[in-house]
Amino acid sequence: MNILLLLLIIPALTLAGLFLSRGKQQPRVVAALGMGLQFLAAFYLLFSYLRERAQGNAADMLFTSSYDWYTPLNISLDLGVDGVSVALILLTSIVILAGVLISWQMEDLPKEFFISLITLGTGVFGFFICIDLFSMFLFYELAVVPMYLLIGIWGSGPKEYAAMKLTLMLMAGSAFLLVGMLGLYFFSSGPADEHTFNIMEIAASGIPVEMQRIFFPLTFIGFGVLGALFPFHTWSPDGHSSAPTAVSMLGGYGCFRVAIFLMPQAAAELSWIFIILTGFSVIYGAFGAIRQTDLKYINAYSSVSHCGLVLFAILMLNKTAFNGAILQMISHGLMTALFFALIGMMYERTHTRIVQEMGGLLKVLPFISACYVIAGLASLGLPGLSGFVAELSIFVGAFENPDTFHRFWTILSVSAIVVTAVYILRVVGTMLMGPLKEASHASLAPASWYEKTGALLLVIPIAGIGLAPLWLSDMIQFSLAPIMRQLGF
Amino acid sequence: MEGYNYTIWIVLLPFLVFLVVGTGSLRIRPIVAGWIGTGSILITLALSLMCAWNYFGAGAPEGGWQTLIPYDMVWLRFNDTLQVHMGILLDPISVMMLVVISVVSSMVHIYSLGYMKGEAGFARYYAFLSLFSFSMYGLVLATNLFQIYFFWELVGISSYLLIGFYYDRHSAVAAAKKAFIVTRFADFGFMIGILLLSWYTGTFDFATLTSPDGAAIAKAASVSFMGASVLTWALVLIFIGGAGKSAMFPLHIWLPDAMEGPTPVSALIHAATMVVAGVYLVARLFPLYIFGDATALEVVAWTGAFTSLFAAIIALTQEDIKRVLAYSTMSQIGYMMLALGVSGSGGEEGLGYTASMFHLFTHAMFKALLFLGAGAVIHAVHSNLMDGMGGLRRYLPLTHASFLVACLAIAGIPPFAGFFSKDEILAAALHKDPVLFGTALLVAGLTALYMFRLYFRIFWGENKSYAHPPHEAPATMWVPLMILAALSALVGFIPFGEYVSPDRLPHASHLDMSIAITATAVSVLGILTAMWLYRKPSGVPARISGGLGALYRAAYRKFYIDEIYMGVTKNILFKGISSPVAWFDRHVVDGAMNGIGWVTARVSKEIKGLQSGHVQQYALGFMLGVLALVFVFIFWLKQ
Repeated sequence: MNILLLLLIIPALTLAGLFLSRGKQQPRVVAALGMGLQFLAAFYLLFSYLRERAQGNAADMLFTSSYDWYTPLNISLDLGVDGVSVALILLTSIVILAGVLISWQMEDLPKEFFISLITLGTGVFGFFICIDLFSMFLFYELAVVPMYLLIGIWGSGPKEYAAMKLTLMLMAGSAFLLVGMLGLYFFSSGPADEHTFNIMEIAASGIPVEMQRIFFPLTFIGFGVLGALFPFHTWSPDGHSSAPTAVSMLGGYGCFRVAIFLMPQAAAELSWIFIILTGFSVIYGAFGAIRQTDLKYINAYSSVSHCGLVLFAILMLNKTAFNGAILQMISHGLMTALFFALIGMMYERTHTRIVQEMGGLLKVLPFISACYVIAGLASLGLPGLSGFVAELSIFVGAFENPDTFHRFWTILSVSAIVVTAVYILRVVGTMLMGPLKEASHASLAPASWYEKTGALLLVIPIAGIGLAPLWLSDMIQFSLAPIMRQLGF
Repeated sequence: MEGYNYTIWIVLLPFLVFLVVGTGSLRIRPIVAGWIGTGSILITLALSLMCAWNYFGAGAPEGGWQTLIPYDMVWLRFNDTLQVHMGILLDPISVMMLVVISVVSSMVHIYSLGYMKGEAGFARYYAFLSLFSFSMYGLVLATNLFQIYFFWELVGISSYLLIGFYYDRHSAVAAAKKAFIVTRFADFGFMIGILLLSWYTGTFDFATLTSPDGAAIAKAASVSFMGASVLTWALVLIFIGGAGKSAMFPLHIWLPDAMEGPTPVSALIHAATMVVAGVYLVARLFPLYIFGDATALEVVAWTGAFTSLFAAIIALTQEDIKRVLAYSTMSQIGYMMLALGVSGSGGEEGLGYTASMFHLFTHAMFKALLFLGAGAVIHAVHSNLMDGMGGLRRYLPLTHASFLVACLAIAGIPPFAGFFSKDEILAAALHKDPVLFGTALLVAGLTALYMFRLYFRIFWGENKSYAHPPHEAPATMWVPLMILAALSALVGFIPFGEYVSPDRLPHASHLDMSIAITATAVSVLGILTAMWLYRKPSGVPARISGGLGALYRAAYRKFYIDEIYMGVTKNILFKGISSPVAWFDRHVVDGAMNGIGWVTARVSKEIKGLQSGHVQQYALGFMLGVLALVFVFIFWLKQ
């Protein structure tokens, strides 16, 4: 059996188990077991992948297989992974498992919560292992729908509004995407001269340039909405919470795998428009974050800045920057998941997310605060943590474009490292350091075992990638050969 | 390279200690953490001294001191040509820095066992000290620009964590934040400089970059942007990074505030090691600065000269002893930068480079001693302010003696260490530019004046009555003071030119007698003035400062640089950019999105009446449609 199918079967069985489970204890155990298994399966996939490569298998996609779905239109479920998707699958498995652990004490409809979370996870896993546009789109939508429920039911603040806004904006993005994908399908020609959804086949045959010019912007914007592309990012401050962070990686990956890979000429021609938008996002998100007082909003704007950097890097159209973009997706995925997990833990204890209403938490919540500091330092790109490796690769890659236009936007994006330091250290200084602000905060419950495990599950890879990035970056770079070929290098 | 493999442990050992003590800081017993930290740093001291002995002991090989790379690994690959390496590079300046860091760090570790005793977070303190030592070793041993940047940021964060050690004090938190953000701003320049340089030269590697006839360098130098070559731009940008770390004007504002940290930390990080990283960086890339055009080096020289004078003037007016020392550090680092800036590539011309490194070395000893001595004073009287001190020579004899040695050393009185290095700097400056020489000489006099103002006001002056009689520090504190005092007295006799020179060839050091006499006379004048003013309580200082009026106030308020920065950040960054961005995003961008939603909802509300279910209405619509189409066909499509 294809090892990749395992990654769909485990979540499916977990979901089945969840439907049968009852009470508070059963669902969370089922979810943890299922996602623990998925975590192991992801590592198994990693080692199988590395073994194949070590044995000299240089195919673009490994573990490929195809299952017919609707033959008259040549629709099938095509599976396959390369270094990029393996890395992202690993990331997703970590983030989802941590998500389950952190929600261990979920009081409110626990069964339904875990069902939504794991459905979302299934969508993300499916998206990363598919190499045909049809299934990708399907799994993409599968991931978006549970977000509505997660935010609308378990969110906070004006949650119905936030959920509706997020869903409508993402659906609008999907509409663009659907048109783009259908366009790709109708102008593709497979091996037997039939239309095809398989991206490797589309890439091999190519799409006429004039059609690329139409469908590239549609696809890029479609995925870009999820990747918080300015000005379609406003769902993010309202909607971001712990659950959907893994999803924002879909946007960057989609732009990379579909928009650039399949339409390289249009990408080269039109990248300037999006470089302006994303470069602007980077600095705009960072400045937006300075002025926020709510932790959730600070991190959402920070996400706008970091996701902007992912898309910015992708548009630099060279190997170094692509590598940086993927690393940034991974780093940002881990970091944001950690941030929102910690914010959740603090909110549960202090019942506030307003930075100025807290102070001196380092003394009463040492573990949570230390993790928050680590997340913050990763976010401001401190060497030794994952953010630095990613940003470094992006900046070096961006600098490989020697014209003034690229230089200008690159230097502007680099300047965000200063602004990021400002808003991160403001929060750390106000909320964690200083004297204890609220007397009632003196006796907050320390982090429990599941919170610690969940947080460490995220902290360890952040530090691991930051200290020893070579294996990961080499794995990703090896798989950039096809896209570089497409771009004519 | 054989025989230097152990140097990797100099870097790794503190890192392992950081991990162990850092993760266990809440469970581990404080004293255990202290001894693990101190023990490990003493091992690195032994290894560093062994390394220096192996490297320098046998004398210079044929063709000058060699660059050795005993350890090198690929850390990250960007593309087929550009790679980031992590490794260890040994050459005269990095070995010299190893000695400086390990000596001062060991002294600080031992001293802190006494000074920090009983503090909450003792284990955390040692964990951060280890993190700092690790980063600083990694920085000086870096083989390439990215490695140095990597550790550059890590020393920055260690400094942040240690300045903010007393994190329940608002002032400490604010100072830590300021230090990190100001240096981060400078590092933005550093980063762009690295990117520019590496793009045009295709490498990060120091060995390649600094090789004199690399074709790559010529390539970089030939491209020009806004009237200066790209190389010059890159070097100036890199210097901005160095200026941030080394507190050069106008990026110096974080250093005085950084005194909020525990005093041993100030001695280690903000006097002896981290703050000279900028000088080290310029020295590391020195061949590039020489082979670029003269502009970049001139920027270095004049920034250094201005800062040294500027800081010396402020130091004269401060009341907090640690702040006096902080401004003194700035001033002395300015001296080192000045020396680098006036240096040539080798031979007699290269004296400035040697002098700069020499001064870095001697300064580390006597400035660490000054800070640790100040720590002992603060420990005894529980105050940083000179107003509350006086007559302490009776209570603190050991501290007094060592402090006096350090003051004489920094003032440049023979035969103490500062005399020799300062003499070389003055000689180099005179060779290049009389204005720079004049500035340096003036600063030498001012240095003697403000240091002895400090000395007399603490140990002489009015005899204060103390609530608790001050008592001499414990042995863990005074032993390091004695060791450093001995070093401050003696290290000047090291023939530095034999070991460190820009062309790597040994040069005999000799004193320039006329300069030595002039400089000593100026310093003695400064000391005598201080003695006249401060040895006994008198109204003269107050009359002088009163007479200077606005000038004195400006110096006392540090020339209002902090206020200017506050104005810029508050009004421009926060009020001018951030707030509008936040407002724009919520009201305009998001408003547009909500507007689309609103319009959709509104339109659907207006037109939903059309689908009413009344057949007559539909029939009417149908009829009208048919009629309209008929008209279109008849009158329009006919033509």
